[in-house]
Amino acid sequence: MALTREQIASIATLARLDLSAEEVPVYQESLSRILEFVGALERADTTDVTPMAHPLAGLTQRLRPDEATEGDCHERYQLNAPLTAAALYLVPKVIE
Amino acid sequence: MSALHVRTLTQLADGLRRKSFSSVELVGELLARIEKSQPQLNAFISVTGAAALETARAADRALATGSGGALAGVPIAHKDIFCTAGVRTTCGSRMLDNFVSPYDATVVAKLKRAGAVVLGKTNMDEFAMGSSNENSFYGPVRNPWNPQLVPGGSSGGSAAAVAARLVAGATGTDTGGSIRQPAALCGITGMKPTYGRVSRYGMVAFASSLDQGGTLTASAADAALMLREMAGFDPRDSTSVDTPVPDYVAALEQPVAGLKVGLLAEFFDKGLDADNERCVREALRVFESLGARVTQVSLPNLPLSVPVYYVVAPAECSSNLARYDGVRYGHRCEDPRDLNDLYRRSRGEGFGAEVKRRIMTGTYVLSAGYYDAYYLKAQRVRALINADFIRAFESVDVLIGPTTPTPAFPLGAKTSDPITMYLNDIYTIGANLAGLPAISVPCGFVQGLPVGLQIVGPHFSEARVLAAAHAFQRATDWHTRVPVGYA
Repeated sequence: MALTREQIASIATLARLDLSAEEVPVYQESLSRILEFVGALERADTTDVTPMAHPLAGLTQRLRPDEATEGDCHERYQLNAPLTAAALYLVPKVIE
Repeated sequence: MSALHVRTLTQLADGLRRKSFSSVELVGELLARIEKSQPQLNAFISVTGAAALETARAADRALATGSGGALAGVPIAHKDIFCTAGVRTTCGSRMLDNFVSPYDATVVAKLKRAGAVVLGKTNMDEFAMGSSNENSFYGPVRNPWNPQLVPGGSSGGSAAAVAARLVAGATGTDTGGSIRQPAALCGITGMKPTYGRVSRYGMVAFASSLDQGGTLTASAADAALMLREMAGFDPRDSTSVDTPVPDYVAALEQPVAGLKVGLLAEFFDKGLDADNERCVREALRVFESLGARVTQVSLPNLPLSVPVYYVVAPAECSSNLARYDGVRYGHRCEDPRDLNDLYRRSRGEGFGAEVKRRIMTGTYVLSAGYYDAYYLKAQRVRALINADFIRAFESVDVLIGPTTPTPAFPLGAKTSDPITMYLNDIYTIGANLAGLPAISVPCGFVQGLPVGLQIVGPHFSEARVLAAAHAFQRATDWHTRVPVGYA
């Protein structure tokens, strides 16, 4: 299954990845090869097989009460933020 | 006191308790070894010498009063995927080059409580994606057995550090073989526990249904000691399993006599190097001589492991790595025009080539129109592989085979073709897909390079897997070999 340059551009848009002009053909080639490689799965007969989402079959996801377990840590967390002001994360203007 | 570095983790813990030497002395010696090794191996991303010496002093005080945990004063290192409070946690990526974790991963906190002294954070493939450690933003790690060769990946820094006796034990993570494969290529012992056995809280997520933390050590006995302190239920990880942790150390001496060993037929395929095969078959004879009963077992769907993995892992990665948006932490591009430009350029600049490849593969297989054909199909084949393992464990106690198709390969040998690189994990991925515990132990040398033997057990059979590996290491001395220049 060969992907086109346009498909690579569209995947990059969905994934919010800026690709350089040189990167596009590289990923076009390698993603096409990967899809061809995983195409081997088609040969397996999976009629009536339930997809496996969790490696420990039979165990269900544990839930916890909807209660706050951490205090207000924003100051500590925002030490890693690229840009903040008044305890808010700053981004370019979204609405003009 | 000289040559402390060649002692095992178990011997060091014991020596410290008996006050044969101090933690400060030991830590000082190892920090000097790390510094000396860095230009050659590049096993570490961060070395935390001052903090380590401070912890060592506290450990010595505790040991003087007969207190301190099971690992009091014992030097270890963490793969740089584990969050360490106040210490940079990069995950081998430019994206997190400036990230200082505000909290400790559960594994880090537990080992700290056990008294371990952290010497630093080890190098790794970016976001744990790779089998050669060539995908690190901080440069490749080199194999201590031959610096022209890769150490394996993604826990390549941890594997090289233990092989070169820079630390007696290190943490690692294994999503498709990232503990066992570098352990095999570096001639050490690498243990991946059952999915859910070790908390994933604070372990940077790659593929959440496959990721599992574990150990890289010189021996299975060391792995048992370290894992006993790391494992256990954690309410902060919703996939952590609430089942008691056995005393893996006490269980080490279980006899191998009568153990039903299944030889994994599918692992002896045309890709397996003839010399590697010879070492693995000799190891099976060792198990037979110890009284194990070896039979051949077939898992017909296992050859589809790699294709399943390269749908499931990228799919989960594309979702997990969506959090790196340049807003709250991590790399942000200069002068973004608008929010979309901020996302796209921050991610385009912050991620390396292989990470981008996997994000895009995952995005594609999850996208409208392809989800059923790729993702759901892969999850169905994953169920078939899991069923194969369950069926096999009805007749055998453990499965044995090679860890990797070949010994360590030269840097650059497989970087041009992702599929060739992905096939390195052909024998290790199955255990991740089924969530099984598996260990790699050294079982011989081919042209001076170590070969790994893999032992896979049923869910939560870590004690049995470790005991089988320990029995093998009592009968052989491959795990005691140290690379020239590091002895």
